Amino acid sequence: MIAAGVYAGLLSARWRSWALLVGSVLAIYWLQPPLPPRFADFILPTATLALTALSWLLTRPPEVEARQATLREDRLTAVLLFLLVIGLALNRYLDAAYRLTASRPPSPWWTAVALLLLALFFLLIARFAAQADQRRVLTGGMLFIVVLFVVLKTEVLATAVASSWRSLTGQNPTLAAPSDLAWLGFSYVAFRLIHTLRDRQTGLLPALSLREYVTYVIFAPAFIAGPIDRAERFVQDLRALPQMVGLDAARFGEAGWRIALGLFKKFVIADSLALGMSLTAVNAAQATSTLGLWVLLYGYALRLYFDFAGYTDIAIGLGLLFGIRLPENFERPYLKTNITTFWQSWHMTLSNWARFYVFTPLSRSLLRRKPRPSPTLIVLVAQLATMITIGLWHGITWTFFIWGLWHGVGLFIHKQWSDRTRQWYRGLAEKPGQKRAWALFSWFVTFQFVVLGWVWFLLPDVGLALETFGKLFGVGW
Amino acid sequence: MRENHASRITHHASRIRNKTLSTITWKTITRIALKTAVLFLLLNALFAWLVPLETLGHLSLYNWLLPGRLRLPYGENPAESNNLSLYNVPAMLASHAVSRPKAADEFRVLLIGDSGTWGWFLENGDTLAGQLNTMNLQTADGRSARVYNLGYPVLALSKDLLLLDAAMQADPDLILWPVTLDSFPRDKQLFPPLVQHNPERMRRLIGAYGLDLDVDDGRFVTPSFLDRTIVGQRRSLADLLRLQQVGFAWAATGIDQAIPAQIELRRSDFEADVSWQSFPEPVTLTTDDLAFDVLAAGVTRAGDVPVLLINEPMFISQGQNSDLRYNSFYPRWAYDQYRDMLADTAVARSWPYLDLWDTIPPDEFTDTPVHLTAAGNRLLAERVAEGIRPFLLGETGD
Repeated sequence: MIAAGVYAGLLSARWRSWALLVGSVLAIYWLQPPLPPRFADFILPTATLALTALSWLLTRPPEVEARQATLREDRLTAVLLFLLVIGLALNRYLDAAYRLTASRPPSPWWTAVALLLLALFFLLIARFAAQADQRRVLTGGMLFIVVLFVVLKTEVLATAVASSWRSLTGQNPTLAAPSDLAWLGFSYVAFRLIHTLRDRQTGLLPALSLREYVTYVIFAPAFIAGPIDRAERFVQDLRALPQMVGLDAARFGEAGWRIALGLFKKFVIADSLALGMSLTAVNAAQATSTLGLWVLLYGYALRLYFDFAGYTDIAIGLGLLFGIRLPENFERPYLKTNITTFWQSWHMTLSNWARFYVFTPLSRSLLRRKPRPSPTLIVLVAQLATMITIGLWHGITWTFFIWGLWHGVGLFIHKQWSDRTRQWYRGLAEKPGQKRAWALFSWFVTFQFVVLGWVWFLLPDVGLALETFGKLFGVGW
Repeated sequence: MRENHASRITHHASRIRNKTLSTITWKTITRIALKTAVLFLLLNALFAWLVPLETLGHLSLYNWLLPGRLRLPYGENPAESNNLSLYNVPAMLASHAVSRPKAADEFRVLLIGDSGTWGWFLENGDTLAGQLNTMNLQTADGRSARVYNLGYPVLALSKDLLLLDAAMQADPDLILWPVTLDSFPRDKQLFPPLVQHNPERMRRLIGAYGLDLDVDDGRFVTPSFLDRTIVGQRRSLADLLRLQQVGFAWAATGIDQAIPAQIELRRSDFEADVSWQSFPEPVTLTTDDLAFDVLAAGVTRAGDVPVLLINEPMFISQGQNSDLRYNSFYPRWAYDQYRDMLADTAVARSWPYLDLWDTIPPDEFTDTPVHLTAAGNRLLAERVAEGIRPFLLGETGD
């Protein structure tokens, strides 16, 4: 609140967007938790910046005028980023209590050399990209991010990388674990980068300066847990910052309300549910009563919602304090009466992302195939692919895969059902009692479906999930 | 149509909210902040004045929405054990199955004591209370004996007395009180945090029974006015809530203790050391050293309800220097004196007494000289069952 007050009240309007950039860069180092491999908690946030800068180079508009328009600012931004990272590396000489970084950073000299070499490498890539087919270069960029994502989210691969890292730094490689590479915010950063790379391919991405692009990708309030904003929307707010009324009571009031609401949802409701009132892998295996297991499963469903919705409220509130209105992510999802509207109201920015970058392109591609598959098959394949992508985004495991499949099948069945019952449903308009009863029944079925799906989402292995399903229905005690 | 209507209402509500937000001024925000601050201060002052924690402790989800616990709340890792330690005695008892009304055909037996009674590293069914309950003991008139585990993992008679005093509201028919020497040292009586955090209860007991303990002892936690506010009592309030929360996982799993897969066993070999508590060398123990007055207070507090004192079984080593020490807790000189004093006192005061000190084989002890295995508790339960049979059959001569 104090930082927001200084930002809105004291800072010159033209420096606001620069302040957001600096604040966000510092935040990604500050928020990164300590990691066991040496320098990992410094290198990974730096890699976020490097990856973002590279993506920006690849997504610059091809027109020379557009590039020239922001050239001076881009150079200034690059120098600023370089100095910020070096400044953070200087934390090496501070006492642990005063450090902004999670642990002792590497030598500033080595950091400077590495950054300069990286910059040189990026410029070579950019030069190569300018001469190559931009569509292929952008596809290559997206593939690179997907491969990186797969490595980080696959236990075996992440452990192998962590093991190599430990070997390089003289640490015990046998202690390597996937948590060694807990790269804060990478899941969200990856989806933002893919969005910009793809939108450059389709020509939808507006021209963005390096400052705008980096601020969009790492904007501190949305860095850890979203929402996943769209670049063209974000940049509208960013460009309007100089005109923003500094100490606007309405904005501060709304921001304060959202933050208070988020804190209540997260730290009062969700954290209360987390202790003893929600399903965990441990108590799922220990449960001895069907009723108790259902209660814990409902507790988990509510905890998940309040935890995530609380974070989103806090992110939106913080964004508002700094003049950025982040998109909503939840709209009472557990009150929806079918699985389609559930997914239109649960983690909306992720499902929208998946709709834009998986469902729509895949269905269009299938529609263009000769012979053209049946519409039913197209819907099935596109919905399964979309939901499995969302599932695997959480982690590349069989349980997340099945969770995605569960919802993909649910959405497909609902689509078939609603296509076939549309007339009947319209007829209910004249029978309000029946319609209310149907809505209640639909809500119940939808909620149970979602809640049961969380078993796949929560439990770490398929065997335990199946065992839990059995116990929920009184089998296998 | 209806959905459109609902959507319009939502849209309208959103517009109203946005309009309300857009009319917010700094004056409004300041007014809200001031009102909130005043209300917060008033609530805190009211809370400090009313001191309602003990009253709030009676409000519990246990025994109506959740099953009552089978032993008192105790645990350092709530997420793992579905249990936690707190100092609110009414809340502890309200969470326990003993707070259910006594059934017409029930002969209610309260079992107080230390961690051995509570069941350290044992599931509920394997504790002494659990084993006794599986025996389906019956009274002469056909009532079923139901044993309630009110053990608590601290060695001090004062803590037993505190809990016994509070548990008398449960209308017991018999009280079993296993004790061991380490519960007796006088200077340990005000050591347990449960005692220190219940100063008024303990001071009342000291006064009522003339105990040789200092009511002004500095270890009693006496909160200041600020400490009694909501802010000051936030931990205690959170503990009350957390006790209810972990009840859901307890109800679903029946687990109230995280039992490790491997337990490090008690020692069998000792240094040539005869020290015990503050005594480096053997001395003649007296009632100044051992708090027999606290034991007597417990029996008196029970009133007409018979109390069966049990000298707990302990591990008797055959290892190195076992001629000097029975185990890591007790040198022989201290324990032998204690045992004689306890037996003499029980006889002198006509207290029902069972001396089971050497009844359990050494292999049936786990991490300390007083913690039993499930099999050890089964053996103990058989001996205790013999001891309580006269009370069930009305053959005690009362």
